[in-house]
Amino acid sequence: MNAFSMILARDLRIAFRRFGEVSTPLLFFVIVVSLFPLALSPNADVLREVGTGVLWVSALLSSLLALEGLFRGDADDGSLEQLMLSPVPLGITVLAKVAAHWLIAVLPLIALVPVLALSYALPLQALPTMIAALLLATPTLSVLIAIGAALTVSLRRGGSLVGLLILPMTAPLLIFGSRATDFGVHGEPTAGPLYLLAALAVSAVALGPVAIAAAIRVGVE
Amino acid sequence: MPLPRWFHLLGSPPFVYGFAGKLTPWLGAASFLLLAIGGYWGLVVAPTERVQGEVYRILYIHPQTAYVGMMAYVVMAVAGGIGYIWRIKLAHAVAVTAAPIGASFAACALATGAIWGRPTWGTFWQWSDPRIMSETLLLFLFLGYLALRAAFEDREKADRVSAILAVVGVVNIPVIHYSVVWWNTLHQGPSIMKVGSPSIAPEMLVPFLIMVAGFTLLFYWLLLNGLRGEIVERERDARWIRQLVEARG
Amino acid sequence: MTEFLRMGGDAAYVWSAYGITLGVMVWNVWWARRRHSKALEKARVFATADRAPKQPTVRQL
Repeated sequence: MNAFSMILARDLRIAFRRFGEVSTPLLFFVIVVSLFPLALSPNADVLREVGTGVLWVSALLSSLLALEGLFRGDADDGSLEQLMLSPVPLGITVLAKVAAHWLIAVLPLIALVPVLALSYALPLQALPTMIAALLLATPTLSVLIAIGAALTVSLRRGGSLVGLLILPMTAPLLIFGSRATDFGVHGEPTAGPLYLLAALAVSAVALGPVAIAAAIRVGVE
Repeated sequence: MPLPRWFHLLGSPPFVYGFAGKLTPWLGAASFLLLAIGGYWGLVVAPTERVQGEVYRILYIHPQTAYVGMMAYVVMAVAGGIGYIWRIKLAHAVAVTAAPIGASFAACALATGAIWGRPTWGTFWQWSDPRIMSETLLLFLFLGYLALRAAFEDREKADRVSAILAVVGVVNIPVIHYSVVWWNTLHQGPSIMKVGSPSIAPEMLVPFLIMVAGFTLLFYWLLLNGLRGEIVERERDARWIRQLVEARG
Repeated sequence: MTEFLRMGGDAAYVWSAYGITLGVMVWNVWWARRRHSKALEKARVFATADRAPKQPTVRQL
């Protein structure tokens, strides 16, 4: 078994043991999505208008919550330094960690979306597009949040800073993702933005780990 | 191959401090001259625009401040990158000096743009305008950079971490810009003011370009001035600083 | 002259925009100058502190 899968499996196992930590962002997602109708209007037409945006922004913020502490646990107990010293390139290690957290924290989030989308009176035909867009956008999102987490890994109260640093850079994901979903809602062709999201995902997964590893090295040294 | 002498000099704080000190009066004078000429030309001499009336005169300051903001970010990212890769302290000093300059000019660009937008587009703010969003993002990136720096007590860590952030940011800026352009093509909103379009009259183009040159020199003047202060701050316990303050009496 | 200041009725827009820009330029100059003089001041304190007579040690008291 190669290093990537070993670290992936390790992180998944750890996350399963700490299920409480993993479920908090999911709960946060549901609560936030439920708050909007109270603040805006329970009217189905209004909800249908804003549903796409509400779900996307809430998913973004929940992912931030789930991932901003990505490296802090390992930094605190010293295993991050051990991983840095191993012959495995830090970029691979880091990518495995991001992948593990995407599987355990973000995928369930995406699984919740259909139910919540229906509560916002979004048409069924929009769901495949929305899921596809989220599946394509969240890897990039996870990499970006991981960059923020790595930059702040040595800070005591770094968590709140991650959002400030990273959220502006997630604008393209939000634009392409929610527009793709909107196209799906109205039955228009969705290939364009989905391809763009895919391109961003590929670039992020290829280049992101370099920045993440560099940031961890600075933080931990 | 041994590096040329000027390369080593560029990494030497006392040399750069002195050289910048000699250069800044010229830069300042040149930029002041250009801004005065361009400002007078644009405000007084240039003819009134047919469609917008006098408000168009904001053309002589708004795009220039936006451009300075962008230039400052690129300088910050490049300097940070150089400082990170080759561990050159002066490069980090340049980066940290550029940040407040860039942030203030980006904010200024947004303010002047909003003021310009009100009488021309009918609205202070247009979310789907790519330039507004790029400039807003730029401001957020600057503020994030400054916040990140402030969170670190160790200056070297702050330097290296913020350098990474700056480089990640500079890669993102074109992506953001393009995504908003794409978004904007979906909306047939009010027509966007075509600032750089080829149909700009020469009587307006010349002062416009003079102001661009003036603001560019102003940026570098501010950068070098700020850099000198930053160098003294960082090299506080160096011998050459001691000699410097003693010579000043 | 008044025609110039009135800016065809758009005085508020034009002058506030130019005013803000001028303000930002002035702020930047002030900020850089302040940083520089503060740094020099701190450096001076640093330099002269070494000259000051050393605090008496426990042995001397």
